[in-house]
Amino acid sequence: MHGMRSILPAGPNQYFIIIHVKYPKERLDTMAIPDEEFLLKTTSACAGCPSSLILRYVTKAAGTDTVLVIPACCTSVIQGVYPTTAMNLPVYNVAFASAAAVASGMSEAFRAEGKKTNVICYAGDGGTIDIGIQALSGALERGTDFLYICYDNEAYSNTGMQRSGATPLGAMTTTTPGGKKDHKKDLDAIVAAHNPVYQATACAAYPQDLYNKVEKALTIPGPKFMHVLAPCPPGWRFPSEKTVEMGKLAVKAGLWVLYERENGKLTITGASKAAMKKRIPVEDYLSVQGRFRKITAEQTAEIKKTVEENIARLQREVDGIC
Amino acid sequence: MLTFGTGNKAVAMAVRDAKPVVVAAYPITPQTEIVEELANYVTDGSLDARYIPVESEHSSMAACIGAAATGVRTFTATSSHGLVYMCEMLHMSAGARLPIVMANANRSIGPGWNIGAEHTDSISMRDTGWLQVYVSSVQEAYDVTLMAFRIAEHTDVLLPVMINLDGFLLTHITQTFETVEPDDFIPPIATPHAIDINNPGGYGTLTPGDTHFKFRRDIERGMQASIPVIEETEADFARRFGREYHLYDEYRMEDADVVIIAMGTFGKEMEVAVDILREEGIRAGAIRMRWFRPFITPDLDGKDVVVIDRDYSFGFGGVVANELQAKCGCKPFSVIAGLGGQEVTYDDIAEFVRIQRPGTEHWFGVDD
Amino acid sequence: MFEIRLHSRGGQGGVTAAKLIAYAAFLDGKYATATPLYGAERRGAPVVSFIRIDDRPIRVYSQIRNPDLVIVLDESIMELVDVLKGLKPDGEVFVNSQKGTCVEGHRTYPVDLTSISLSLDLVLAGNPILNTPLIGAIAKLGVISQESAKQVIAETFRDERNVEAALRAYEELKI
Ligand SMILES: Cc1ncc(C[n+]2csc(CCOP(=O)(O)OP(=O)(O)O)c2C)c(N)n1
Ligand code: SF4
Ligand SMILES: [Mg+2]
Repeated sequence: MHGMRSILPAGPNQYFIIIHVKYPKERLDTMAIPDEEFLLKTTSACAGCPSSLILRYVTKAAGTDTVLVIPACCTSVIQGVYPTTAMNLPVYNVAFASAAAVASGMSEAFRAEGKKTNVICYAGDGGTIDIGIQALSGALERGTDFLYICYDNEAYSNTGMQRSGATPLGAMTTTTPGGKKDHKKDLDAIVAAHNPVYQATACAAYPQDLYNKVEKALTIPGPKFMHVLAPCPPGWRFPSEKTVEMGKLAVKAGLWVLYERENGKLTITGASKAAMKKRIPVEDYLSVQGRFRKITAEQTAEIKKTVEENIARLQREVDGIC
Repeated sequence: MLTFGTGNKAVAMAVRDAKPVVVAAYPITPQTEIVEELANYVTDGSLDARYIPVESEHSSMAACIGAAATGVRTFTATSSHGLVYMCEMLHMSAGARLPIVMANANRSIGPGWNIGAEHTDSISMRDTGWLQVYVSSVQEAYDVTLMAFRIAEHTDVLLPVMINLDGFLLTHITQTFETVEPDDFIPPIATPHAIDINNPGGYGTLTPGDTHFKFRRDIERGMQASIPVIEETEADFARRFGREYHLYDEYRMEDADVVIIAMGTFGKEMEVAVDILREEGIRAGAIRMRWFRPFITPDLDGKDVVVIDRDYSFGFGGVVANELQAKCGCKPFSVIAGLGGQEVTYDDIAEFVRIQRPGTEHWFGVDD
Repeated sequence: MFEIRLHSRGGQGGVTAAKLIAYAAFLDGKYATATPLYGAERRGAPVVSFIRIDDRPIRVYSQIRNPDLVIVLDESIMELVDVLKGLKPDGEVFVNSQKGTCVEGHRTYPVDLTSISLSLDLVLAGNPILNTPLIGAIAKLGVISQESAKQVIAETFRDERNVEAALRAYEELKI
């Protein structure tokens, strides 16, 4: 049996049976990533969905002793429709603004009982950067022992691609039909200001890097945060087989930098090591996505400037001058 | 102009025609098309308004409060989780006597996630001091949205108005509707207590209990005063644009022995049920409740009453049925149906009348 | 009242097609409504739309249970969904089919809309545009008039090839 599995009727005695399902033999081009699957094959995601791709590696790294807390987002839909689910882990679906606060309660309760169960919030950019920022800030500040993962597809995708605080300058969404006039909110700087024990970025195009970071984060007690770029074909308007390519372009252009920050020490990881020195033009990234169709020359220049400033800032931090 | 479009589009076009100065926007299914359309109008210049893409619904209502406090016309739209998330701001906006207009696409509330039509979202906001109207066609969505601004802003009322449309059933259906040139149908907004730099004062300051108490009574006076304002607005609308509306809609009521009562799209579909029952020799009629706040009570003397609630108050019952019972002393057959967008047809509605047992409750499709 | 149920896949334009057919009926002077039925599924999942056409105002909002006509925009859906469910005994079926699919017990009109749009290079985001040839075919069935079909296409699509696609489908559908 792969694909959907049944869950028992909801009710006071609701519980889940965890059945571990192996995917039919399929080679992972990555090393040391377990075969075990927690996101079964038949999800209701779009073709080329980055959210399911990321979730697949996150759950592989987290393993069985894990609860996912998911606010309203595409991932609420991807799981499938009751009474079936594509998830092979307990998933707690919660209100849009509440994920980090629910995780706080859950984590404290597990710890009070002496349990080490991983509590992972898996939330979209809207649920993190906009409506969920207050709960996230509170949970980080309180030192909650959990991992918060924001998969960033740079829009409210579940409701049909409206702008979010994470939508980049110049991108068209259904609520910015002329292209967005404001910059993407710097979520990582906001999180960094809370000094979490572990903070990292990752990208759907680099599963091994993502896997390693989740695995490491979960060994450290305290608040952990990861921000993962999620190129979304219908939202960004590119063909669905190009998800990985789009992620790679973002990293190579320096628009997205892979790094981790542990005990205040910043390390650039994977493909971004090269991109810190030499980058492809941002136009190579912008021009292949329909959402940037109306971007102006000034906006492109602004984006370039932001990229250079960000790289320089990260380099200074690596070099210990900040 | 004769147009062909969805319920959402009709609301957006009416808002465009009412010319608000500030629109706050946050997406949620099945309302999103309204704020998307308004973004298009602002971008193409057909609506000259400030469009604030806020970060949550609490903030969309808060932004409307801030804007309305300065005395300008404001609008936002929401649904379900968005509506209940702004609950605090709903109390605040009505309490501050701000004539904000909002469309709500009626949708169920989780868990689990469900996007079907249900009235529990708005009905659970019934004590906030908002006027609530439920529409049953795309045309009515357009017309009532226009009227809502005039009613809310009337100085006898000065209360916010929520226009409720059944999610998907009405928000997403495409029908013909006619837009109008409102001209002076909606007079310029003149909020008497708008912030005035030349006349400084405190708003919402610390208030002693007895004053607070009086303010609550004043809200109720505004609510009661809204009834003649609604009637006068609807009469003027009919005079100018030829479409008639009444506090509630009656269908084949002249000689009815049994009356079906419902709000929203059920209120239209049940007319077909009445026709079917009449052919069987059952003298049925229908009353579509349009205004839920203020609650307007029809005359139900001597009739059997079947009420369909697309909502439920746990520990109490179907809200419309029980409020009618409290106000009119009738003993309705209370049908709970359509929650979560459950499919209910005119045949089902006719069957409710055939099986009715006054004073009892029936959960359609669950009890059977 | 004439009732149509339209089966398509998300992203194929079925919801828009339903609106356009209803719009054409409206131009014919009829009352018409179009309603999409969304599941919680994403792109590619089966979607259903309902179209009602009548001489009197339409007061019904519930789903169509006994359609007069079923339109299938993607014949692979027929393996997943019972597209004939509730179809009236004398109800008819229109299938966008490359292999001339016919349904037993019902009059079936198979037309290869996909090839018509592909031959005219009418492609949007990688998918052939099926709306416009469909409108041509539906006009041939007499559900909407030829004039209204033309007007709807002219108002909605700037590209002239859409009219051509509609004409070809009109020709290809054999009554
Ligand atoms: C309080 C509240 N407001 C609005 C919504 C509607 N809503 C559900 S998901 C969503 C967008 C989620 O965006 P994001 O967090 O970026 O995740 P994505 O859909 O892109 O995966 C919205 C607006 C809701 N469920 N609850
Ligand atoms: S919209 Fe984007 S993130 Fe959402 S399911 Fe589709 S591909 Fe995945
Ligand atoms: Mg998102």
